[in-house]
Amino acid sequence: MNFVAPDFMPVLPELFVLTMTCLVLVVDVFLEQRQRHITYGLAQLTLLGAALLTLFTYAHAPVTTMFGHYVKDAMGDLLKLCIYLASAAVFLYSRDYLRRRDLFKGEYYVLGLFGVLGMMIMVSAHSLLSVYLGLEMLSLSLYALVAIDRDSPVASEAAMKYFVLGSLASGMLLYGISMVYGATGSIDIQLLADAVAKQGLGNPVLVFGLVFLVVGLSFKLGAVPFHMWVPDVYQGAPTSVTLYIGSAPKLAAFALVMRILVDGLGTLQADWQQMLIILAMLSMMLGNLVAIAQSNIKRMLAYSTISHVGFLLLGILAGTPEGYAAAMFYTIVYVLMAVGAFGVLLVLSRTGFEAENIDDFKGLNDRNPWLAFLMMVIMMSMAGVPFMVGFYAKWMVLQSIVDIGLVWLAILGVLFSVIGAFYYLRVVKCLYFDKPEDNTPIEMSRDTEVVISANGLLLVVLGLYPTALMSLCSTALLG
Amino acid sequence: METLLTVILILLKIVVLLVPLLVGVAYLTFAERKIIGYMQVRLGPNRVGPKGWLQPIADAVKLMFKEIIIPSRANRFLFVLAPMLSFGPAIAAWAVIPFGDGMMISHLDAGLLYLLALTSLGVYGVIIAGWASNSKYAFLGAMRSAAQIVAYEIAMGFALVGVLMAAGSLNLNQIVQAQQGSLLHWFWLPLLPLFVVYFISGVAETNRAPFDVAEGESEIVAGFHVEYSGMAFAVFFLAEYANMILVAALAATLFLGGWLSPFEGIPVLGELFAWVPGALWLVLKIAFMLLFFLWFRATFPRYRYDQIMRLGWKVFIPVTLVWLLVVGLGVLAHVGPWFD
Amino acid sequence: MGFEKFLFYVFSLILVLASVGVITVRNPVRAALFLVLAFFTSAALWLLIEAEFLAITLVLVYVGAVMVLFLFVIMMLDINVAPVQEGFTKYLPFGVAVALIIVVEMGLMVSSSYFGGDRYSLVSHAADYSNTKELGSVLYTFYVYPFEIASVILLVAIIAAISLTMRRREGTKSQNPSRQVRVSRDDRLRIVRMAAEKNK
Repeated sequence: MNFVAPDFMPVLPELFVLTMTCLVLVVDVFLEQRQRHITYGLAQLTLLGAALLTLFTYAHAPVTTMFGHYVKDAMGDLLKLCIYLASAAVFLYSRDYLRRRDLFKGEYYVLGLFGVLGMMIMVSAHSLLSVYLGLEMLSLSLYALVAIDRDSPVASEAAMKYFVLGSLASGMLLYGISMVYGATGSIDIQLLADAVAKQGLGNPVLVFGLVFLVVGLSFKLGAVPFHMWVPDVYQGAPTSVTLYIGSAPKLAAFALVMRILVDGLGTLQADWQQMLIILAMLSMMLGNLVAIAQSNIKRMLAYSTISHVGFLLLGILAGTPEGYAAAMFYTIVYVLMAVGAFGVLLVLSRTGFEAENIDDFKGLNDRNPWLAFLMMVIMMSMAGVPFMVGFYAKWMVLQSIVDIGLVWLAILGVLFSVIGAFYYLRVVKCLYFDKPEDNTPIEMSRDTEVVISANGLLLVVLGLYPTALMSLCSTALLG
Repeated sequence: METLLTVILILLKIVVLLVPLLVGVAYLTFAERKIIGYMQVRLGPNRVGPKGWLQPIADAVKLMFKEIIIPSRANRFLFVLAPMLSFGPAIAAWAVIPFGDGMMISHLDAGLLYLLALTSLGVYGVIIAGWASNSKYAFLGAMRSAAQIVAYEIAMGFALVGVLMAAGSLNLNQIVQAQQGSLLHWFWLPLLPLFVVYFISGVAETNRAPFDVAEGESEIVAGFHVEYSGMAFAVFFLAEYANMILVAALAATLFLGGWLSPFEGIPVLGELFAWVPGALWLVLKIAFMLLFFLWFRATFPRYRYDQIMRLGWKVFIPVTLVWLLVVGLGVLAHVGPWFD
Repeated sequence: MGFEKFLFYVFSLILVLASVGVITVRNPVRAALFLVLAFFTSAALWLLIEAEFLAITLVLVYVGAVMVLFLFVIMMLDINVAPVQEGFTKYLPFGVAVALIIVVEMGLMVSSSYFGGDRYSLVSHAADYSNTKELGSVLYTFYVYPFEIASVILLVAIIAAISLTMRRREGTKSQNPSRQVRVSRDDRLRIVRMAAEKNK
């Protein structure tokens, strides 16, 4: 056995984030409460540094290192950049919210950064082992983040549910991985794909493992019927944490599905396509229908997430590069919208008041017209109103499944998004046509205002010029 | 036929090891009473037999004829099982201790890990005894013991990691061979902080004074074995002393050169003592280390519980971590004469 | 039937019985003790296939440390068993049905034709083969990336656990040893010079 030290250069962003996170952890211990903004600054600096490192080493051809456990490719790099961006926005939006609730602690940032590291590992994973470990790192950080407000019984309950169901999902995933390993004798995704291609579809153990893998993945994605944790966790967690859970991890989850199902088990596409069709259909149906009945906006957005996951799965199940690119585009756009929506929610909350009902948006136009406009843009984009980026994303995904002949599924998708438009537009109605119930002025720090405006406007700009991002996505996947 | 022969041979080895060990345990109790007696300007037991030498025998006979009382509402099965669980590992651990070059019952490759695993099992006897007795004092003792052992096991484990780094092996025979040369080649010198940490952790793991809060006779009567009497109590007692001898033997093997002669490498004395069997050196070293156990008990007052925890977590673990780094650097740079 | 095979069946039997015990016994402490037994026997099974490092580590980590802490917590909590099992009978038929379906499916899929002993024969090694050494040399080279990630996960777990449980309570009477050590005579003792009183 001859051992050659692996190439560390591709792993540089991960190493940087890890080092910086440990630094943040140590520095934070020596800070007093009023100096906590240094922790925040360091966290943002970490993300910025990682973004620069990723940008300068942007991969045009895939590079595998760490003995096949790590791959650096364009898809990974693009997703990572989006993860940094989303997380930076999350940290910014939640800063004032945390400060008002005595939650402005170093742990939030340290755990958040470890979550980012976990996502990076998932995105760049090239073996089932690193996929799983990255997922666990992310999940562990999220469980703790949900419970970070220790005195809130709702948050603790949400964390408990999340933890129990999340461990179950990890168990499923591991079980599936072990089956696949047993059938192919490999955990390296490339070798795995080769072995599967050689064995073909004849091996029932492989299919059996696949079932468990899909179940585990849908748990993590929150696809129906494995969605039970999503609404409770979204509602129970502090809004800043909901924002975190609802944004960047979706990108990582997309990568997870791509790495395992497409890169690893692509030969079994016919098998997992059927499973994903059922998952996607149920998710779109249940997500959109149940969301109508919600009065709590965090819960409503949770169900909306479920329906969006359904759409995302549509793109993946198409099984074509165009479909994958569409799904990736959809995920990125969804994260952009989710960050914006929860960001507005965070701005509306203040000391002693938690904005979490749809009624809290009543008459926002009278209180702060700009914020109301941004919220309207976000909601319309989520609903898929034409000329918003959400529309384009849905259209791309639907087109990709029409291309493979699943017209009925596309029609179903359109139908449910029309139903879904109802509850998004209800929020818009609240914004503009209802009288405000309380007239407390809305405080917003300057940087939050700038970023949240950029966030909202980006949805419009991307809606008008989607080609740039779309071509990035397709080149990332097509090579 | 051949397998039968091997089995008989192994059994024979076990008997040859166990009989002296049990005699050693018995006379360790005697030595303890005598030595502490002298330290406290008393005579200690001197009535049974010549100069009191039959005292342990008398004690054993007394304990054997006492009634074993099982408290009502105690869990009978676990109550009886607990003493055995605490005695078993203390005996089983001896399988990998070498008394001379290759003189050990089992040539286990991962011998050091095996020892660590077995010493960590001893706590089950204490926990189960505390819980099965259905008594508050016993329960308190068990809880204290569990927390204490978990804390000190980490430090102990790290200290042993230092040894295996220095020796480059987990096999105890090879660890002793790695210390060959002279008194100064033994690992006590390069691993001095680890040696100290290991031995103190060993005292804590055996629940001996000044770490005997699990027994704490002045606060919780007798801790985990308050409800035990007769032979059941005797087995706990034996386990404690067997564990002491084990910790001493390990300290002797890992840090004091095991069966190696202390005069090795010294021009005249080395040849003069070359005829002494290795096992004798080992026994002498064990006796030397055991003296510390007794000395501690006669000297120190009992630690308070939070002090024990602090010492384990905040002092020992960092010390061992730092020294592991030093050892690592030493191994990397081949600092002689230990790491080359 | 060789001696090893005999041992295998003995340990397997104990393992299965202990595992059943874990989930059927009503008292949580006994369930935990059954789990200890299950760990121990699986370690013995591993020893039979010459995986001594894994076996010993299983005992060391799970039996020696994890389960001790587990027992510690269970004993402290003193869980009342009756309310926990209230919903048990209600969901029992459903649970049994699901379990049966899974067992049948798995039996059909993963029958011995895929994982039978004839398919995967035991690898035999020379006498000086040390699987501790082999594991170490693979773990720190070809698997160094997952290995390091695993260590970071442990760090995350530590941070999470501490941030969720550590509270600085007011009024605890803990001591600060470094402050105790730093005490000087002047902090504790004041010598007052006063004129000696004269007896009248």
